[in-house]
Amino acid sequence: MLNRRPDMPIYMDYQATTPVDPRVVEKMMPFFSEIFGNAASRTHAYGWESEKAVEEARTHVAELINADAKDIIFTSGATESNNLALKGAMDFYKDKGDHLITVATEHKCVIDTARYLKQQGKKLTVLPVQEDGTIDLEELKNSITDQTVLVSVMGVNNETGTVQDLKAIGQICRERGVIFHTDAAQAYGKVELDVEDMNIDLMSISGHKIYGPKGIGALYVRRRKPRVRLTPLIHGGGQERGMRSGTLSTPLIVGFGEAARIAKEEMHEEAKKLIEFKSYMFNRLNKELEEVYLNGSLEHGIPGNLNLSFAHIEGESLMMAIKGLAVSSGSACTSASLESSYVLLAMGKGDELAHTSIRFGIGRFTTKEEIEEATDTVIREVNRLRDLSPLWEMFKEGIDLSTIEWNDEHGGH
Amino acid sequence: MAYSDKVIDHYENPRNVGTLNKESENVGTGLVGAPACGDVMRLQIEVKDDKIVDAKFKTFGCGSAIASSSLATEMIKGKTLDEARELKNMEIVEELALPPVKIHCSILAEEAIKSAIEDYKSKQGK
Ligand SMILES: Cc1ncc(COP(=O)(O)O)c(C=O)c1O
Ligand code: FES
Repeated sequence: MLNRRPDMPIYMDYQATTPVDPRVVEKMMPFFSEIFGNAASRTHAYGWESEKAVEEARTHVAELINADAKDIIFTSGATESNNLALKGAMDFYKDKGDHLITVATEHKCVIDTARYLKQQGKKLTVLPVQEDGTIDLEELKNSITDQTVLVSVMGVNNETGTVQDLKAIGQICRERGVIFHTDAAQAYGKVELDVEDMNIDLMSISGHKIYGPKGIGALYVRRRKPRVRLTPLIHGGGQERGMRSGTLSTPLIVGFGEAARIAKEEMHEEAKKLIEFKSYMFNRLNKELEEVYLNGSLEHGIPGNLNLSFAHIEGESLMMAIKGLAVSSGSACTSASLESSYVLLAMGKGDELAHTSIRFGIGRFTTKEEIEEATDTVIREVNRLRDLSPLWEMFKEGIDLSTIEWNDEHGGH
Repeated sequence: MAYSDKVIDHYENPRNVGTLNKESENVGTGLVGAPACGDVMRLQIEVKDDKIVDAKFKTFGCGSAIASSSLATEMIKGKTLDEARELKNMEIVEELALPPVKIHCSILAEEAIKSAIEDYKSKQGK
């Protein structure tokens, strides 16, 4: 169990990052000052020992997705992996085609990379999502052309926890001969992934989402049936099969590997606990409060993510009210340029609900006491803020808010 | 987002939360903002002999919007309508030490006051 500093809130932001598991820290320690050699040094034991540790970690990372260790390229994290996958494939296969397909609810690092490629002259299709956040497979099929090089669909959405049907998508891509990339930053170690069964060609992984250290991740790059090739972003010493030069960070890689090993061993047991906690919280909130909306779906959602909207109160003020909980909000009314969560808007949620969403993340170190306290806090504060809310009062009086002529021309927004 | 102590005080202990009878001749109601923008403020005044004898609010919005409307009701209570109309959003900004990105929350409060006064005046048929 982790000790929480008494002045710190209850951590419920496991999608943003996770604490490093103490077992992982312990495993990393010798690789800072004892076994500090460069894994590429072939001439002495310092190098050999480091290389051995790196290869062991590579195996752990690969085993969780039924991949060959040789297909794992270490990077600085999922952001870099996504950049390498999209830019690297679109450049290497530029003679084959110039079209890529991705999804409206992808993480910024995929969306912005795709937009960059579009600026560079590539053709881009951004698929919409259905109400539960999944894509329409027919629409995907219809979007693939003879110019399509790459399809990039995330495994699990970071905001809502929606799981995509990777197996069905992989099958479509394989049949049509296009490369299938998935950003699995939120899926790896949380849901079952199998690169063979799912026909995945490229997969981005992040260490710090699975109780490993920050600043380390991987890109799975299929080497056989079919071989996928990429133009590197970073040139230099030719490490990582030439796709990612630079001296490997042995301690981070060792930590990442250990985190993957633990995840493989414990993810199924852990999921049971997370589902129990999530159901407890969701059921109580639903019973003791009115007008609570689930963003995502219980059926297609991962166990550790509960994204809810509380109608008629604004997200930021709710965040402030529950400051004893470290959570994240889809609403970002913190700047003059008001921005609702693009993920929720893409799922067809109105601006209003997108404004009031809170993501509760439940993870390995969450305790039953914390979940109970969090649930109590939310119920108390939602009631308090609704007493302050003119919209709640109107709703209670039976006034249809959509019939009111709002004046939204005021200063600021 | 770091809030000033004054914002937190008004947010945690908002003054003058509530509802006045909007059908009453002596009550003016201002409803400004829009749910889609993430902020709606309703500010009501009760007027006697041209003087604001009571003020109430309810706000859907961020912490600064709630604090701005709470402070606004405090500031206008006891003022004449003309004095209240003179209230500038910058007085709220200064009192609450609002950062630049939160200035629009105070503008909304100023608009709510003006709109409540207008509503009252129109009821008086002038
Ligand atoms: C879906 C998704 N992709 C990519 C990333 C970026 O990962 P990293 O922090 O390892 O670069 C994140 C994490 O924020 C994520 O949730
Ligand atoms: S209500 Fe939008 S930032 Fe204050």
